[in-house]
Amino acid sequence: MLKEDILTIAGKPFTSRFLLGTGKFKNKKDLADAIEACGAQIVTVALRRIDLERHEDNIAEYIPRHVTLLTNTSGARNAQEAVRIARLAKASGCGHWVKIEVINDSKYLLPDNVETVKATEILAAEGFVVLPYMYPDLYTARALVKAGAATVMPLGSLIGSNQGLKTREFIKILIDEIDVPIIVDAGLGAPSQAAEAMEMGAGAVLANTAIATAGQPALLAKAFAQAVEAGRLAYLSQLPQQKNTASASSPLTGFLYE
Amino acid sequence: MKITINGTPKELAHVSYLSDIVAQFCQQPKNIITEVNGQIITSPHWSHTSIKEGDTIELVAFVGGG
Repeated sequence: MLKEDILTIAGKPFTSRFLLGTGKFKNKKDLADAIEACGAQIVTVALRRIDLERHEDNIAEYIPRHVTLLTNTSGARNAQEAVRIARLAKASGCGHWVKIEVINDSKYLLPDNVETVKATEILAAEGFVVLPYMYPDLYTARALVKAGAATVMPLGSLIGSNQGLKTREFIKILIDEIDVPIIVDAGLGAPSQAAEAMEMGAGAVLANTAIATAGQPALLAKAFAQAVEAGRLAYLSQLPQQKNTASASSPLTGFLYE
Repeated sequence: MKITINGTPKELAHVSYLSDIVAQFCQQPKNIITEVNGQIITSPHWSHTSIKEGDTIELVAFVGGG
C-alpha cells in the first residue's frame, strides 16, 4: 500500500516520508547506521569553513549515493547570506536542493519569515529546488509557494527542544490551505510526535537532534521512520473525528435481558 | 605572500594558484568549495586561478546539519 503512496517534490518521487538531519551525531558511524536504519531518501547537510589546523572527515562519504542531499543554509542571518550558501553548495556539484534556514535570533533560533521569502524568490528563479524552513504562518506560506517553494517546512517547536507539535493548530491550517507538501521540521523529540504530524496530513517530517543525541541513534531513527509510516497510514484511512460523548464499541442490547 | 584564508591571515611561500592552496590545506579536496574575493571558483578552474597578495580565500565543506 505504501509503495503506491509516493511523496513527490519538484517532480522527484520518494517512497520515504522521513527526512533525517545529520547534525550533532557523536560520530560518522552512528550517522551512517541511522540513515540505513530509517531508510531516509533525503538528508540535510550544512556548509562550514574547513578547519585549517585539523583534518575533518568528509560527511558526504557517509551518505549513500541514492540519497538526495538537501543543503541547509544554517548560519545565514539574512536572505543574501542564504543565497550565497546555496550557490556554494551548488558549485560543489552536490545538487541544487536547498533548505532555506535564515535565523538571526540566537536565543530561540526562530526563522526569519520575511528574509526566507526573499531568498526563496531568488533561488527558485535560479533553478534551485527550494524547501524553506519557516514559522507556521499562512500568509508567509502562500508567499513562499508564490515565490517557487517546492515544499513548506513549518517548525513544530523550537529547534532541538524535543517539545513536539507546539504549533499544531497552525500547521493544520497550512496542511488544509497550502497545495505543496508540508514537511514538519524542528522540535520533534519522539516518534509519537512524528506520527501525530503525519496523522494530521503532513507530507513528511524531518528530525535530527532527538535521533543524533539518543543513546542508540539507529534504533530511534528506525522508530521515527515506522511512526511516520503508521501516521501516514492513519491519515490515509480517514481517521474518525473525536467526540465529546461515549459511543459503545460492543452491542449494548440483547445479551441477557432483551 | 600575505593572503587571508577563512578569515585567518596567512604568510605563504610557493603559492601561485588556487590549486596550491587547496593542496596545502585540504586533505580531501573532493567536495571542497572555494571562493576567491567573493567569487565562487569551481574545482576545474583551481589550477589556473592565480593567487595574488591580499586575496581573500574561503575554503568550505559539507558538515552535519539539520
